[in-house]
Amino acid sequence: MSNLNINPQDSAVTDLDTAFKPDCAQMRQTPVQAEAGQAPRAESPLYHADLASMAAKGPLEGGVQLQELSLLGHLVIRGSLDNPAFVDGFAQVMGFALPGKLASVEQGDASVRWIAPDEWLLVVPGNEAFELEGRLRELMAGHFSIVNVSGGQTILQLSGPDAVKVLKKSTGYDLHDRNFPVGKVVTTTFAKTQAVIRRLDAQQWELVIRRSFADYVWLWLQDASAEYGLIVRG
Amino acid sequence: MTSSNHVQPNRLQNGGRIDRSQPVTFEYNNKTYPGFVGDTLASAMLANGIDVVGRSFKYSRPRGIIAAGADEPNAVLQLGATEATQVPNVRATQQELFHGLVAKSTNGWPSTDNDLMSYVGKVGGRMMPPGFYYKTFMYPQSLWDTYEGFIRKAAGLGRSPVENDPDIYDQINHHCDVMVVGAGPAGLSAALAAARTGARVILADEQAEFGGMLLHSDELIDGQPAQQWVSRVVGELVGLENVTLLPRSTVNGYHDHNFLTIHERRTDHLGDLAPKGQVRQRMHRVRAAWVVLASGAIERPLVYANNDVPGCMLASAVSTYIKRYAVVPGNQLVLMTTNDQGYQAALDWHDAGRKVVAIVDTRAEPTGACVLEAQRRGIELIKGSAVIEAKGSKRVNGVSVAAINASGERVTGNIRSLFCDTLASAGGWSPAVHLSCHTGSRPEWREDVQAFVPGKTVQKQLTAGAINGSYRLSACLEEGVRQGVLAAANAGFGQQSDDIVEIPSVDGEVEQTAPMALFHVPHTKPTSRAPKQFVDYQTDVTAAGIELATREGFESIEHVKRYTAMGFGTDQGKLGNINGMAIAAKSMNKSIPETGTTIFRPNYTPITFGAIAGRNCGELFDPKRYSAMHRWHVENGAKFEDVGQWKRPWYFPKPGESMQDALNRECLATRESVGILDASTLGKIDIQGKDAREFLGRVYTNAWAKLGVGKCRYGLMCGEDGMVFDDGVTACLAENHFVMTTTTGGAARVLEWLELYHQTEWPELEVYFNTVTDQWSTLTISGPNSRKLLSELTDDIDLSGDNFKFMDWREGTVAGVPARVFRISFTGELSFEVNVQSNYGMQVWEKVFEAGKKYNLTPYGTETMHILRAEKGFIIAGQDTDGSVTPMDLGMGWCVANNKPFSYIGKRGMAREDCVKPNRKQLVGLKTKDPQKVIPEGSQAVADPNQPIPMTMLGHVTSSYYSACLGHSIAMGFVRGGLDKMGESVYYPQADGSVIEAEICSPIFLDPKGERQNV
Amino acid sequence: MFLIYCPHCEEHREEEEFHAKGQAHIARPLDPDNCTDEEWAQFLYFRDNPRGLHHELWVHASGCRKFFNITRDTQSYEIKETYKVGEQPGVTAAKSA
Repeated sequence: MSNLNINPQDSAVTDLDTAFKPDCAQMRQTPVQAEAGQAPRAESPLYHADLASMAAKGPLEGGVQLQELSLLGHLVIRGSLDNPAFVDGFAQVMGFALPGKLASVEQGDASVRWIAPDEWLLVVPGNEAFELEGRLRELMAGHFSIVNVSGGQTILQLSGPDAVKVLKKSTGYDLHDRNFPVGKVVTTTFAKTQAVIRRLDAQQWELVIRRSFADYVWLWLQDASAEYGLIVRG
Repeated sequence: MTSSNHVQPNRLQNGGRIDRSQPVTFEYNNKTYPGFVGDTLASAMLANGIDVVGRSFKYSRPRGIIAAGADEPNAVLQLGATEATQVPNVRATQQELFHGLVAKSTNGWPSTDNDLMSYVGKVGGRMMPPGFYYKTFMYPQSLWDTYEGFIRKAAGLGRSPVENDPDIYDQINHHCDVMVVGAGPAGLSAALAAARTGARVILADEQAEFGGMLLHSDELIDGQPAQQWVSRVVGELVGLENVTLLPRSTVNGYHDHNFLTIHERRTDHLGDLAPKGQVRQRMHRVRAAWVVLASGAIERPLVYANNDVPGCMLASAVSTYIKRYAVVPGNQLVLMTTNDQGYQAALDWHDAGRKVVAIVDTRAEPTGACVLEAQRRGIELIKGSAVIEAKGSKRVNGVSVAAINASGERVTGNIRSLFCDTLASAGGWSPAVHLSCHTGSRPEWREDVQAFVPGKTVQKQLTAGAINGSYRLSACLEEGVRQGVLAAANAGFGQQSDDIVEIPSVDGEVEQTAPMALFHVPHTKPTSRAPKQFVDYQTDVTAAGIELATREGFESIEHVKRYTAMGFGTDQGKLGNINGMAIAAKSMNKSIPETGTTIFRPNYTPITFGAIAGRNCGELFDPKRYSAMHRWHVENGAKFEDVGQWKRPWYFPKPGESMQDALNRECLATRESVGILDASTLGKIDIQGKDAREFLGRVYTNAWAKLGVGKCRYGLMCGEDGMVFDDGVTACLAENHFVMTTTTGGAARVLEWLELYHQTEWPELEVYFNTVTDQWSTLTISGPNSRKLLSELTDDIDLSGDNFKFMDWREGTVAGVPARVFRISFTGELSFEVNVQSNYGMQVWEKVFEAGKKYNLTPYGTETMHILRAEKGFIIAGQDTDGSVTPMDLGMGWCVANNKPFSYIGKRGMAREDCVKPNRKQLVGLKTKDPQKVIPEGSQAVADPNQPIPMTMLGHVTSSYYSACLGHSIAMGFVRGGLDKMGESVYYPQADGSVIEAEICSPIFLDPKGERQNV
Repeated sequence: MFLIYCPHCEEHREEEEFHAKGQAHIARPLDPDNCTDEEWAQFLYFRDNPRGLHHELWVHASGCRKFFNITRDTQSYEIKETYKVGEQPGVTAAKSA
């Protein structure tokens, strides 16, 4: 289906209402820390794998290192670059601009990844997501959306001299320096699921994966790295 | 028992590239033989004087090794020392020898040396023309299984292991600028030239060592022996980090847009099992900017009578065995050749110290330098003649030679008999165009080289060397360099300029004189009467068979192929196809280009299933998706059901309980007190934007304009054809914010559906969709005590019926965790769906159980959910719908709004003539006459069970269960015109001959007024 | 296995990231309720099956989730161009004839 009766660019421009403030239901999803020791237990998607114990026991040598960056705040931010109230709102709150195509920005605790022409993934410390979403909603206007997906995904860091080989077994995307410089972000297939892959350094990569697939990805990574030796970091 | 010190009768004392310091033994057909590391299984078998390696497919004739590479049609063996390590279809010419290798011949039943079928083949030979199996065994159809088993056993195509393969196979992806296929002189020079530009280069070759024919060549490159040049080039390539070298790697498939699949055998040469921790075979998936095919050429055997007797070999293979493996596969050689290159086999044979009986050159006056070389060695040269027939059965013991005319069409002289045990034939070369064919390119005939070369292609593909019909070493080297430079330049590296190119020189290269085109050696008898002249060894296709096919009217070469089975073997006719096409062309009085050629398909050589599957097997076969509470389900004994990729609890049996026991208990506990379901897998889509509400109205069949904040609504989603395809509850979180639920299996499809309409039809609507399926854990607490239970876990949500009505949602805290609670029900009971961020799902679930003990809180799975909803007549999209039912067919007209301003998806479709006609199949309830009888789902309804077969079917049962709450079975199903047939009986004939009678009723079996959920 | 240029990500990606969604430029009638059954059937069911150039709708399912169009030669499988929804193809059978 593809209706050529309508030109989306035209209609988008005519309808662009940058003064509009969407009425959305922002929700604090994490418990307010009442008393120490009383806080409900949070379980990251790889909680059951007990990576900390594996790290304590596991081999200390190997070509691949793996670490879960658990319980961070994940905000999916949608909006148009043609909407200055959206673009400026983000920059005002974060102190940096939204990255362009396939790029990322990292500043302090915050990092933001380009996902699609109208979509970014902002990751911040877990306890900052709610307040940050509020500030963004306050300063943004027009057509945009923010979705807190902190419980729906997790981040794995894969590093070491053989990390790229593990990735080559897992994705058909070209990981060569020329095609995948540090800072680049792509959303692509990963084994039989998908991942947002970001290059952090020459030998360091970040995977954002969906919660329900986390165990599969964990099994896959252990298998794919077996021949190089896998060091789990707690 | 033969020891490793046993003499290898055909092994030369010196020479070859074998490692004489590493003697090994191997087993072939239960006998042990010696060999060396560096041998192939074939060279070791020849060294030990093994003549017969199998029996032919159709005629069961003894067959020997013909070739030295991937083109070998006969030595196709079964490998493996144990059941688990069995590998069928291994070409002995490509299997490197290792200590302890166990091989068996596969063609031959009951044994290769003494084969029952050979009598059929010999006696019945003339009775088995092409199409024999089709003609003889096709009827009656019912016996085909018997025939097939017999044919397969007799043909012995190898067998699969019946135990699990213990080895690891995997796959890896690559991207490169220049992919070079083949590491002979052309491929090596192409790879080096491209690599020097800095381009990313992958070089793959099916052999253990790079070098191709240079490994057994006497020629000099840049003044050095060719082998030294190879070492130098490989040495430089190894040192370049932009180069990936893949020896023992067959480029098996060339797919669209320069995608290639390469099958690497990493440890097949090391032992029966891969060394611990190592991957046995790896499939490389390569996306190349440019491809250089330097896959070389395959020598054509000559087609003469009895050309399949063991001892008949390719001339180039004879040279390879002598020079590379120090094996002379016989004592007295007769060589038949149509060209100068063929002479090399005789020269090598002579130089190895064994007797060359004669060289038979089919050309009347050969004049090349090779003639002088032969004469210098005192070898008899018989000109203008051909070997028209080989003698012997399990080994050649002589040949008949006769003069032929200049065009090679008939015998012109008397027959002369020669004694020999080996007959090498050199019929010219066929470029290995296979890969270029894989992408759909048709090869083109080149008259000057008498061969098919790669045709036009849309791929970014270049070719170099013998694949182009360029057979001189200097030409191969030059083309390699030029194409390597060009490929790199095309990919953006280096410059395409002649002056940076250094082309290796070949010293003392002699000019080759013209070859003779001869595809079918004449016999004194007509083809149909002469002894068999084999074209395709593996499928036993003869020259006579091809002529017969054309006489029977098969004029397209593709039809000839299918009728005769030429090229259908595991070797895809590498040796035979060109001869066969030429014979077909001649018999139809057409030229070869007019007749054309069949094309080759992937894979170039057979591949193991392991390499195709890679790591996508066992636990990793398909992703298993888990909810945040999965660990609890496992610890509490849940049985799981696959729903899409999700593992959902199916039911929670207690010790000693049957499935039905567990379901009865779960159902009753929920109806009487309170049950809990993990509903986290339902698809959830966050919808934000000014036009979110408008969008919902366009994709759901019912109205959404007035749904207030804090409210939920059930919706049906249809396709443009008016057929239901998904359903779910959507909640209005805020004026511009909704969360939609979908079926578990439909989540991804629905999201893509919404995006499709938003992006292609209604981009003017301001709305964003995001999946939040994994974000929320959903705990469905259902039953009369659900309110009481929940009230113990929350102090900030007013759960009273007045303030929290059915189809409302509230935000608050449950078990200390922020939650959205939806008062919706799929069971018909008072029911609350608690949604918390998934990081807290397990914590809340556990707290609910702590508080739920006193209410006998019972976990239930999908099966109990199905029963409870069926008692209420609620449908499950995908179970009670199949893409052919409208909301009206489901009796859900209440969920269709006809007065919405926008013509929503499905509205027009529902109004089509066929959708509004009377007497459609409609969903109704079914109550069996025997209350304990559960109608099997899928049973077909008929009005009269005594009518003759085929009966008129009225519909089928979609959902059927035993209801413990009601004490009888319940079912839903489609019945033609069913909504107007309440109270009537329908019948469900069963496979066992019994008939189940049921009364048509309302599908709402329990609490039709909804009093239980509205409390 | 195609290599497909996503006009939104502006780079080539492997086919496994995409889903094919059938013929492109099938516009939903603006007034479905006043379509005849024949007109609706044309919109719903009837599709071209050309030997040669074909305009197809695809979605970058495992990438940016955006729909776009492809002009593809159904014989050679060559992809002649990709372009965004709402744009017109630059390569058509009429133009290349």
